Amino acid sequence: MVVEWPPFVFLLAGALLALCLPGRAAAIVSIAAPVLGLAHVTGLHEGTEWTLPWFGLHLVPGRVDRLGLLFGSSFHIAALLGALYSWHVRDRVQQVASLGYAASAVGAVFAGDMLSLFVAWELMTLTSVFLIWARRTSASVRAGMRYVILQGLSGLMLLAGVLTRYAETGSLAFTSIGLEDGEPYAWLILLGVGIKAAFPGAHVWITDGYPNATPTGSVWLSAFTTKVAVYVLARGYAGTEILVVIGALMAAFPIFYAVIENDLRRVLGYSMINQVGFMVVGVGIGTELAVNGAVAHAFNDVLFKGLLFMSMGAVLHTTGRIGGAELGGLARKMPWTATCCVVGAASISAFPLFSGFVSKSMVMAAALAEHHEFVWLVLLFASAGVFHHAGIKIPYFAFFAPARGETEGIREAPWNMRLAMGVAAVLCIAIGVFPEHLYARLPFPTDYTAYDATHVLAQTQLLFFSALAFAWLQWTRLYPPEVPATNLDADWLWRGLGLRAFRSVRNSVERAALAVRGSSHDVVGAALRGLTRSHGPHGLLARSWPTASVMVWVAVLLGGYLLLYFARIG
Amino acid sequence: MRSAVDNLRRKIPGPIRVFLGACVILLALDGLIHRHVTHPFAGLFGFYPLFGFAACVLLVLAATRMRRIVGRPEDDGDGR
Repeated sequence: MVVEWPPFVFLLAGALLALCLPGRAAAIVSIAAPVLGLAHVTGLHEGTEWTLPWFGLHLVPGRVDRLGLLFGSSFHIAALLGALYSWHVRDRVQQVASLGYAASAVGAVFAGDMLSLFVAWELMTLTSVFLIWARRTSASVRAGMRYVILQGLSGLMLLAGVLTRYAETGSLAFTSIGLEDGEPYAWLILLGVGIKAAFPGAHVWITDGYPNATPTGSVWLSAFTTKVAVYVLARGYAGTEILVVIGALMAAFPIFYAVIENDLRRVLGYSMINQVGFMVVGVGIGTELAVNGAVAHAFNDVLFKGLLFMSMGAVLHTTGRIGGAELGGLARKMPWTATCCVVGAASISAFPLFSGFVSKSMVMAAALAEHHEFVWLVLLFASAGVFHHAGIKIPYFAFFAPARGETEGIREAPWNMRLAMGVAAVLCIAIGVFPEHLYARLPFPTDYTAYDATHVLAQTQLLFFSALAFAWLQWTRLYPPEVPATNLDADWLWRGLGLRAFRSVRNSVERAALAVRGSSHDVVGAALRGLTRSHGPHGLLARSWPTASVMVWVAVLLGGYLLLYFARIG
Repeated sequence: MRSAVDNLRRKIPGPIRVFLGACVILLALDGLIHRHVTHPFAGLFGFYPLFGFAACVLLVLAATRMRRIVGRPEDDGDGR
């Protein structure tokens, strides 16, 4: 009898084993779990479901279809590369958290109902934050807290939306949701997912959290959370027009920050928002070509963004530095890492024969086909911009610019890091050269051809002349120098302006409370004085009245009562 | 004329000369290769090269100005 386990089981079991096993054994388990999981996922049949009756609810913690399979395979590959890259790490917190995080992400993309999705969603937050805290600096602790707050808010909105939807429709099934009916639950779920997808304004958990994670942790972080959000959007909100606008904004605004940012891992964070923007546009357009493009780009992004985070993690691991202002001259010291970084840079920039080219062009072609001309121009601008910062700036300032810090004694990254980077680089090139293998696994059948003369020439021209602009700006010294600085972003609204607003409100409330207390003190004092006058030891109402007086008053009352009675019956 | 070319050759390193040559060839291909154009802009001669160059220059100039507004010292409490 063949027992089909839910796809997340292998990674979850790996996380539980890593909790108990010693360091080397835990590292072996970290490799074995995604290998077994990937073999299992590739053998799954579409239409398979795992159901779980729970308090009268029909939960589906596992459901296999093409969309889930593609994301699930991608996450297992990312987990395998991440585990290989982290082989030297003997920190149990990171070993357990990373596998648990991957298991949760796999659980999310195979979840067949919204409650199972929510559980996986929250587990992703609870596990991934330890990859930030594991750096064990005061900055990482604070960044982790902010990360948890925003991710928790995302989970709350998702839960509120799911429960409202259940109350209104009686269904927990994870099917298309959309905004066509204007239901509040649809907006709540979209906003919850939007935080994880790094919608503008809610994106700061990436640019705050990732640069504060451990060198290996940021590789894991780059793979899962935003891709799960893209998956949920693709399943629940394909064809939702507002996503086209949001995605275009996401693709455009981060590249301005990326130009002036000094921390190269934060530059990659901005570049991640930019790439997710392309995916969100694709989902928003909603045609088969566009959704295929979005999903294919998510698959490729896991690899090339992971590769770029790996190369920067290797630089940080080896030199202890990650600021553009303090690096440079590392190409001769770390030739393998530099080469892999260039492959990642070429892939994210969508150079022909590299993976980004075969997926990004699908989204852009779909934008034109659906007459989103302005969005197409924005995406074209974003394509030039991402090449500028991720394609040129990162490799240049880390490896090829004149050295700005000490390079004596710096050696290549450990073998496991080099191996993981090498495998990721080979995959980036393989997908770029043989895209048909990726296309065959997309949610919708496609006969899209990335390699025609028009596409290849246009993209090559765009990138070469972007590079020419970089060279010219460097030559004329118009390019802004790398400066260690803090650039205010949307988080300033919460943490600067928001904090001031909170303090202002708190002070106003305190002043109002004092005023109320003061005036109430006066009122209560006056009332007490009145009571003392009437009921005090010498008060009128505290006196001992003679019996005769009482009788008189009783008689008056009875007389009055009789008069009223007669008046009523008369 | 010849000395001016020699002067330029000395000033511009070899790899940059190769790169500039590639840019010239790519621009020339715009007029030589028949392209399947799906947008009127894309049919203009030199659209993609000009767009790529101009977009990057504008991006960098705008970002440089943006730095004056959003830039703070590294240890600024209001920032990160």
